[in-house]
Amino acid sequence: MVEQILFVLLAIITLGSALFVVTDRNLFHAALALMVSFAGVAGIYITLDAGFLAMAQLLVYIGAISILIIFAIMMTRRLMQAVEMPFNSQRWLGLFGAVITFVVLAVVIGRYWPIAPSADTFLASIPAVDPEVMSGSVARLGVSFVNPDAYVIPFEVASVLLLAALVGAIVVAWPKVEDKS
Amino acid sequence: MNLYNYASQTPVLPAIPPLMRDIIGVVVISTFLLLIAIVLIWLMRKVIARMQKRIGPNRVGGRYGLLQPVADVMKLLTKEQITPAGADRWAYELAPILIVVASLIVWAVMPFAPGLIGVDLNIGLFYIMAVSSVSVVTFLLAGWGSNNKYALLGAFRAVAQLVSYEVPFILAMLVPILLARSMSTVSIIEDQTVPYLFVVPLAALIFFISALAETGTTPFDLLEAESEIIAGFHIEYSGMKFAMFFLAEFLGALFMSALFSTLFLGGWNIPIINLIISLFGGQPIDLAAMGIAGTIIGLFVFLAKTFLIYFVFLWIRATWPRVRVDQILSLNWKVLVPISLVLILVVAILDKMIPEGTTELVRAGLFLASNVLIIFVALEIMRRSARRQRMEVAGMETVDSGTHEITEAAAAD
Repeated sequence: MVEQILFVLLAIITLGSALFVVTDRNLFHAALALMVSFAGVAGIYITLDAGFLAMAQLLVYIGAISILIIFAIMMTRRLMQAVEMPFNSQRWLGLFGAVITFVVLAVVIGRYWPIAPSADTFLASIPAVDPEVMSGSVARLGVSFVNPDAYVIPFEVASVLLLAALVGAIVVAWPKVEDKS
Repeated sequence: MNLYNYASQTPVLPAIPPLMRDIIGVVVISTFLLLIAIVLIWLMRKVIARMQKRIGPNRVGGRYGLLQPVADVMKLLTKEQITPAGADRWAYELAPILIVVASLIVWAVMPFAPGLIGVDLNIGLFYIMAVSSVSVVTFLLAGWGSNNKYALLGAFRAVAQLVSYEVPFILAMLVPILLARSMSTVSIIEDQTVPYLFVVPLAALIFFISALAETGTTPFDLLEAESEIIAGFHIEYSGMKFAMFFLAEFLGALFMSALFSTLFLGGWNIPIINLIISLFGGQPIDLAAMGIAGTIIGLFVFLAKTFLIYFVFLWIRATWPRVRVDQILSLNWKVLVPISLVLILVVAILDKMIPEGTTELVRAGLFLASNVLIIFVALEIMRRSARRQRMEVAGMETVDSGTHEITEAAAAD
């Protein structure tokens, strides 16, 4: 019962701020609303007992990506006048992407509907998570990242990608060397 | 066992619903911390005054100026609230609230004593990292919302400094996590038969330096830098809103001290005393099994260690000058990050190489030796690099060849 109320509240917060992101004309406020939306998703992870995922969401999406977005806004727009039209020339492309995402999600969720095994009513309580499973979850996550039978290849590919991005950033920021001859 | 279970076991409190228990726990911990902040303000003023050969507050509230913080708060409360023209109201009003919230919620996983903890998460330290990285946003809110160039400059500095010092901060925290094989603060405390300060002193040093930078204490107080950008991101705040930034700073410094004592000094536990007892063949004292007496002793031990580290914070704050922006960032990226990466590698490999049956003291000794070795190698590399830089500067002066690029090219040849 409490979980469902929490879920509805978090969903309202997440979707409401997401709507604010795309409709507000002040870019800085839109970026802040994006953070609230990310935090709402983290809250949903917590109600699903996925604490590690929730914290990773906070650390990566709010602590890094959103701050990067805000920095980009502050560096590129005129101070305190960052009022923009919410639509630009990419609007049809954006609509296309949104529709495709919606169709994919609808198909995937529709295939597994109803998701919960005991989803008789909306207010049925969620099945409790085995505390034994919960206590070692972080260690198992770490092991499966480096396990050849699990996710070692995606994990390493992601590391190489990040390293390449890091080197690329350094190359871009490197001061131009004057030709001395 | 957490605070709520503990409270529900004591006969004073009747059985209360879980949600009510949670709310009471949050209120108790927050109130305790806000009350401690009063002591912190007085302590800071008094200790720093003594270190600078002044007397400090000595009029209000008797001989030692004990009621000075009360007078301060009264003054702040009666001040006018000024909102700058053209301020972004949402960002401006939210920033002081959010910064205090962020500095309070990290305490949820801090073990004050055996059984006295908000909630013992199995991802406790990861939670601390996540919350402290999110709290950077509040500086941006304050800096942007104030519509002031100094505030914005301060916010830029704050974010540049906090985001980059997060890296060694997290890397240094990984070392105790590796040694204890857990991210839970309670497990890390219970795992320390030898305090980690004496096992991995290098990690403790890196943690301490980056904790100084994360709280914006001298020598890393560039985000405030009164002489350069006046007060940085909170320049446009007055009265109680201004005080909330300071409250967050005090609580942040205390939290870093508490975290240091948890990670590297054994928190509420008494590892050194237990080691001495077991050397003489006695039975080590287990505070967690002593019930209410253990809780009281543990709380006392924890607060003593925390305030000791807080005193070191004040000591540094009272005596050190401020470093430059380029120095602060090059110290981070060229010194602290590489060293901590090497340290993690060495600790992880050594941890696997030490055979199973080794006693704790021998293990600690091996880790200590590896740390001392890394420190020596790092100092040697830094000495050589500094020497090369000095030579370059000297060469530039004697040749008098004008621009820096030419000398660099000559040095490369």
